[in-house]
Amino acid sequence: MRTRQIPAAVSPALAAVLACTCLLAGCAVQPWVKPFERERLADPIMKFSRDALSAKHFEHIRDVREGSRGATGVQGGGCGCN
Amino acid sequence: MCVKARVAPPACRGAGVAATSRMSALCVQWHRALLAVAARRRIRLPYAALAHLLGLLAGVLAAGSARAVDLPGDRADVMYHLYDGGGVRAHGPALLVRKSLLDKVSLSGTYYIDMVSNASIDVVTTASPFKERRTETGIGVDYVVRDSSITLSATSSEEPDYTADSANVDVSQEVFGGMTTVSLGYTRAQDKVGQRGTPGFIDSAKHWRYRFGVTQILTPRWLMSANFEAVSDEGFLGSPYRVARVFGAAVPERNPRTRTSRAVNFRVIGDLGSRDSGRAEYRYFWDTWNVRAHTAELGYSRYFGDLWLGDGYVRYYTQDRALFYSDNATAETIYISRNRQLSTFDSIAVGTKASYTAKRVPGKYEIKVNGALERVRFNFNDFTDIRSGEKYSFDATIMQVFVSATF
Repeated sequence: MRTRQIPAAVSPALAAVLACTCLLAGCAVQPWVKPFERERLADPIMKFSRDALSAKHFEHIRDVREGSRGATGVQGGGCGCN
Repeated sequence: MCVKARVAPPACRGAGVAATSRMSALCVQWHRALLAVAARRRIRLPYAALAHLLGLLAGVLAAGSARAVDLPGDRADVMYHLYDGGGVRAHGPALLVRKSLLDKVSLSGTYYIDMVSNASIDVVTTASPFKERRTETGIGVDYVVRDSSITLSATSSEEPDYTADSANVDVSQEVFGGMTTVSLGYTRAQDKVGQRGTPGFIDSAKHWRYRFGVTQILTPRWLMSANFEAVSDEGFLGSPYRVARVFGAAVPERNPRTRTSRAVNFRVIGDLGSRDSGRAEYRYFWDTWNVRAHTAELGYSRYFGDLWLGDGYVRYYTQDRALFYSDNATAETIYISRNRQLSTFDSIAVGTKASYTAKRVPGKYEIKVNGALERVRFNFNDFTDIRSGEKYSFDATIMQVFVSATF
């Protein structure tokens, strides 16, 4: 009996499709925290960064003194200054 | 990126749940219809899977139509900022104004000045102290449609011997009933590098930044986020003034003309139940220059009465040196740098912030006076202070005072 082989070129695409499918399958999941249960999450003390201008200043100071950069969540990100 | 923890007004609570049910039903209908088409036409596995995927994607997009994302609130900030440490003093004003139009678009503008007086160890040991001024301006527009927000922004930074321009686009989408926010961002930037005493510019650099992030509501009290950012650079990536040491002799530094880095950042924040919250953060960074860095931060926020809000945090940072970094090279190599930003070092910072609500007119406006103070110590493992022969270390103070008005 012949077994069907998936061509090598298809398998990464198939893996990507399956991964996306798994992620998107979540659309059928009911939100387990309802909107009316999010009152505490809406409080300013629950924000990772409350003041954009202040965060930008700290980001700039660290960017020019450290070898690392990025993934801080500050929008736009970075400063191409020396 | 910041998750929006929307609280539905009481009248909308039932509607919100009903909308979620409608979204799920619509999702299932699309899914079935596309799979039926695939079956009728005897479409094989990858195409059937694609149909499956399209069905689910259509469901997500359809789900988006039942909710709406809020625009960032209108606000204005005026700030004075200061950095003082290691012989460098940079201070100046900064301004941010944000205003929405027609509940669909929010326009923002920033203006930021750094007045720098530089007598850092590099400068005092190889050159003369100097003063200069950097001015950065930025504009942005946020547009909201259904559960998505799109931000277009541009910044321009000018120094006497360096200009940097960037254009950014950021898109975020709420999914799964507002439980998850997915964001994508892209930045394209271009720098022109000059050298004092040489007319015009001597070189240039280009930068590409790609961002991806997910913020997830975990429980009614806890949120988490994961961010990834890749940055690629090409061009002149050093300083025309900085020198390296080879066999004790000063030579101009030579950096590679390309660099690619990646960083992942995980954050979690939780309500601790007594009008206070705690947060933790970890970032790992790695790049093609072999710099590896870890950043960890712990923070705590608490209300004091109705008018005061205080924050405290501790941040620890450590990194390994770049492949071509050397304090004093004992061999000639193609690339060589003594930029201490690329050396092996660690830093520990302790910071505090306070916010006082000076005036509050509910439903109209609110004015807050804010202050932030951070003390940071840098310890360099392989950068010698050639004046003393000791390993170099220094302390720095960062201070901000700003007034913010939301209206």
